[in-house]
Amino acid sequence: MKPIRHSAWFMIMPVMIVLLFTAIIPLMTVVNYSVQDILGPTRRVFVGDEWFRDTLGDPNLQRALLRQLIFSSCVLIIEIPLGLGLALVMPRRGFAASAALVLLGMPLLIPWNVVGTIWQIFGRADVGLGGYFMNTVLGIPYNYALVPNDAWFTLLLLDVWHWTPLVVLLCYAGLRAIPDAFYQAAAVDGASTWSVFRFVQLPKLRGVLTIAILLRFMDSFVIYTEPLVLTGGGPGDTTTFLSQFLTKLAIGQFDVGPAAAFSLIYFLIILLFSWLFYTALAAQDPKDTPHAGEGA
Amino acid sequence: MNDKPGWARRLIPLVYFSLLMLPIYWLINMSVRLTPDILTRLEIIPRHPTFENYLHIFRDRTWYITYWHSIEFVVLNVVISVGVALPAAYAFSRYRFLGDKQVFFWLLTNRMSPPAVFLLPFYQFYQSIGLFDTPLAVALAHCLFNVPLAVWILEGFMSGIPREIDETAALDGYSFPRFFMFIFLPLIRAGVGVTAFFCFMFSWVELLMASNLTSTDAKPIVSIMTRTESATGLDFGLLAASGVLTIVPGAIVIWFIRNNIAKGFALGRV
Repeated sequence: MKPIRHSAWFMIMPVMIVLLFTAIIPLMTVVNYSVQDILGPTRRVFVGDEWFRDTLGDPNLQRALLRQLIFSSCVLIIEIPLGLGLALVMPRRGFAASAALVLLGMPLLIPWNVVGTIWQIFGRADVGLGGYFMNTVLGIPYNYALVPNDAWFTLLLLDVWHWTPLVVLLCYAGLRAIPDAFYQAAAVDGASTWSVFRFVQLPKLRGVLTIAILLRFMDSFVIYTEPLVLTGGGPGDTTTFLSQFLTKLAIGQFDVGPAAAFSLIYFLIILLFSWLFYTALAAQDPKDTPHAGEGA
Repeated sequence: MNDKPGWARRLIPLVYFSLLMLPIYWLINMSVRLTPDILTRLEIIPRHPTFENYLHIFRDRTWYITYWHSIEFVVLNVVISVGVALPAAYAFSRYRFLGDKQVFFWLLTNRMSPPAVFLLPFYQFYQSIGLFDTPLAVALAHCLFNVPLAVWILEGFMSGIPREIDETAALDGYSFPRFFMFIFLPLIRAGVGVTAFFCFMFSWVELLMASNLTSTDAKPIVSIMTRTESATGLDFGLLAASGVLTIVPGAIVIWFIRNNIAKGFALGRV
């Protein structure tokens, strides 16, 4: 059990000061804007919940939210099983294991707009290998800049390419942490590959899978750069997700009030999922860490 | 575990990694060819590779200066993030105090929150105090998600060091600052390295803040590379070359952190 020492607050003061300027004050500014109509440098009117009602009733925003939910669900449905399956067949020992880790890390370390650029080039029918393959070799008409379905397909493929390695890495780290004794016991019992997976591996992977699901959900929920570079939110607004919608509202049109109201709603959704994440982690972590349940 | 790899264990990783590397290969392929050549025909293996695109970037100041801008704010951000996170992570890993769980959770919400929410206040705040379009503005903005990340990862590493070490050092007459600098820091230097790497990476790959909080004097490479459009259309070769150059920092150090890479991406929780 860790000792109680309230003066430890002094040690977290530097973090609090930095975050005062980068998180607390900006968030209070957003709250401030969300309930006012700013008409000029000196004239501002308190408007109560008007911006919130406007924003929630905006059909464009509702469509963006729906698209966002569909996108994040697709991402989870594809990436989690795929990542888990791939982690099971990754090499475990020697140079092959190290090489696998390095290759898996590659897409994760590429700047997000370069990821967009890579797929922008790769998917083009004239100069891209992928687009050329689809159109000329397979004979399937494919153009992500004009056809909404193709844009969605490319964007999902991009996200699967970009982030499935994260799921693989987490599951792989989880699998490597299972002691050999577990497998030996299963072998003595004559367990099949399936029952080893179901009763030995899967339960041990609960922790990493929780992390993978929540990280993938959160990060896909705030996706901004990749669709911006790949499709610019188009064709039309078929790939405009929440972050891009908000950025357009705030910086593009300077609709400060509605943008702020929408920001807060967005933030509350994120807060809810962060709390779920934290609770799920705390329930599994037996260590003496701040988030472990210590009954304090 | 079954030690002799079956055909699935050999074939599936091979196919997967080939597909994973294919788009990256295509980027490299295009970066060593000139745009007129690229537009003429598809070449799986470039017949006349040239480094003209790279030389163009290295010769043109408006290009290479943007790499310097990126490095400036990334390094500033790493120094600030790791600097303030070290004592905080120590506090979280060693003591209980009023509101510790709440603050730790609140840190997480900052890592998860969409940067777009904070963009407008940042934009106005930095304009009003004259920080707009400086590397420091971007470095501070990136602290929003990198400080929490650094605290979480470092806390994970520090909790792996037994508390008895702290107590023994205190009994041996070490003052706290000396203990922290000369005993504790060397013990977690791998953790500090991994944390610095991830702060570096997440600051390097971010675009929304970096491009919207700068206009001319501090434009980073990630936001300048999309300007390769000219009268004749996109300059694919140049675009690809600048893309390849942004992958280089990650590709160089990835080997050294390979065993901790999962831990870093999982906020120190694996």
